[in-house]
Amino acid sequence: MATNEKKREHLSWGRYPRPQNQNALTIRSLAEPLTLPASSQTVLPYGLGRSYGDSCLNDENLVIPMAGFDHFISFDPNTGVLRAEAGTSLATILEIFAPKGWFLPVSPGTKFVTLGGAVANDIHGKNHHVAGTFGRHVRRFELLRSTGERLICSPTENKELFCATIAGLGLTGLMTWIEIELIPIRSPYLDTRTTKFRNLDEFFDISKESDALFEYSVSWVDCTSEGDQLGRGLFMAGNFSDKNKPAKRANLSLPFPCEAPGWLLNSLFMKSFNTLYYNKQRSRVVDGLTHYEPFFYPLDAILNWNRMYGRRGFFQYQLVVPFEQDRSIIKEIFARITRSKRASFLAVLKTFGDITSPGMLSFPRKGVTLALDFPNDGAPTRKLMDELDSIVFAAGGSLYAAKDARMSPDAFKASYPRWQEFSSHIDPAFSSSLWRRVIG
Amino acid sequence: MKNVMIVGATSAIATEVAREFAKMGASLFLFARNEVRLENLANDLRVRGALSVQTATFDALDLPSHERRLEQALKIMPDIDAVLIAHGDLPDQSGCQKSYQKTEDALRSNLLSPIAFLSWLANYFEARGKGNIAVISSVAGDRGRQSNYVYGAAKGGLSTFLQGLRNRLAHSGVSVTTIKPGFVDTPMTAHLPKGPLFAQPSTVGKRIYKAMLKEESIVYTPWFWSPIMLIIQHIPEFIFKRMRL
Repeated sequence: MATNEKKREHLSWGRYPRPQNQNALTIRSLAEPLTLPASSQTVLPYGLGRSYGDSCLNDENLVIPMAGFDHFISFDPNTGVLRAEAGTSLATILEIFAPKGWFLPVSPGTKFVTLGGAVANDIHGKNHHVAGTFGRHVRRFELLRSTGERLICSPTENKELFCATIAGLGLTGLMTWIEIELIPIRSPYLDTRTTKFRNLDEFFDISKESDALFEYSVSWVDCTSEGDQLGRGLFMAGNFSDKNKPAKRANLSLPFPCEAPGWLLNSLFMKSFNTLYYNKQRSRVVDGLTHYEPFFYPLDAILNWNRMYGRRGFFQYQLVVPFEQDRSIIKEIFARITRSKRASFLAVLKTFGDITSPGMLSFPRKGVTLALDFPNDGAPTRKLMDELDSIVFAAGGSLYAAKDARMSPDAFKASYPRWQEFSSHIDPAFSSSLWRRVIG
Repeated sequence: MKNVMIVGATSAIATEVAREFAKMGASLFLFARNEVRLENLANDLRVRGALSVQTATFDALDLPSHERRLEQALKIMPDIDAVLIAHGDLPDQSGCQKSYQKTEDALRSNLLSPIAFLSWLANYFEARGKGNIAVISSVAGDRGRQSNYVYGAAKGGLSTFLQGLRNRLAHSGVSVTTIKPGFVDTPMTAHLPKGPLFAQPSTVGKRIYKAMLKEESIVYTPWFWSPIMLIIQHIPEFIFKRMRL
């Protein structure tokens, strides 16, 4: 049973591009074959819309809302193996399982993503250097193809489709349920260490020592300071603790009420914010005991923070460059961004480890990754990103498709060298705005 | 509330209420129309921590069967602490205007079927001398509007029935909770354009759970529907009849 309807805008997190004519195809049951439209329109599963660009959009075509398919199917308390419908959010998994001593094997910077989205984008987290991507912790899933076939995919069954669907951007069919392995934790708190670094050289040094000591690490970087303070920031690392805090934790989340006016995020505001944030701790190293919520999901406390960027939305730009290269490449990128005065407050730097993912189009690979927001100011913003592209690709780097709304077909093909092998596994009834843009 | 029965359990709102009870380790007995969806929900609730989950299917339009269904359920779960009646559907108003049969079906599924359950359950709880009966009515029952008056009549009749039942059972220590949700983003309203007044099923479900635990009487959810309906109920009829609502 399916109805074709136009009821609400399904946007991406960057609120750019806005689909002009995209409808929803609502399905009532995952147990039935997909009832596809008689027209030649394609479909794309849509979860919670946390992809930034157009990888979760299917303009002039249909999206299948998946968030309602959020039932748990089974859980084995001896092994931590959890099977759930693909629309189940990571927030729900944590709500039920964290109090029972289980945690996600890999967690992104927001818990408001679905299991299906986590697999389709092969998300990564603060523990990439020790755990790899989310796809590495997927045991199996069921893939419903437009032919009506239901395929169990795992590292041993339908292996090719398994590897194509992990990081497959939702194009290989509809995942109905997914089975992952949770990890045991002794406390919902982490022993954390926040270290100030005055420039990028210090970052690389701290990163090198810390990655051996901490399972989780990420850095926030100030993109407004220059010279010998270029790339200063805070290195945040942690391990799940044995200790429990008896104090009650406030669970407060505030919605960002409306789209902010365009003048708010000017360069002076950014400079002040970054300076204040960098100086929030006086000493170089601060140790603490932090609950997993603020450690993993600091921005989830402000619901709809993306509205801060106003009606025009924003771009997120995430790159990875190989580690073997000397530090000058990442410095060059920072210098270029700082000079442009277009960066916003959310610049995140992390070193990826060398654990490979099964996903054919998986983004994370050994090297340094940098993610940051640019308010959408039109042509000048695009020009800056084009310039960054030339530095990134000259160094053999890549861009993250889940964040992208503008990379060229050449950039996509350079970022994902297995794209041709992947294309042969696409379900012909499935497509996305991103796929048509980069492959045509 | 250890043992809870839910009628129409696979509806989006009832599912969220069931999940709250499961989280606190309750035993559940669920009624719904579709067996596959019912089993799917039962598994979900087991994983979430329900002590036990039993299920049975029923047909809301087959009124004489309701009593038998309840008797069978009671054999499996003899001691019920609370019940939530949540089934219903949103009829197509213009279809009802063209066909009395559609109007009658809408009244059966939204008014007579809940009353058939309630008639039996009222006697059960009265004899038991404690417990909570919660029923999902609607803000639509507070005043008849041209766009939705068949559904409104069913829910208005249901609210009045519950008011009387609450009065009757108050003397034997049994509470009756009338729940009046506004617009909720569920499959029942999938065809309606979504505005800022639409609430998520999880928000409404958590509120209903709380209302059942506290044995409240009349609950508007989200809360802002209480002042909205107060105003709507007090618009003079000579103005109201000219409005397009």
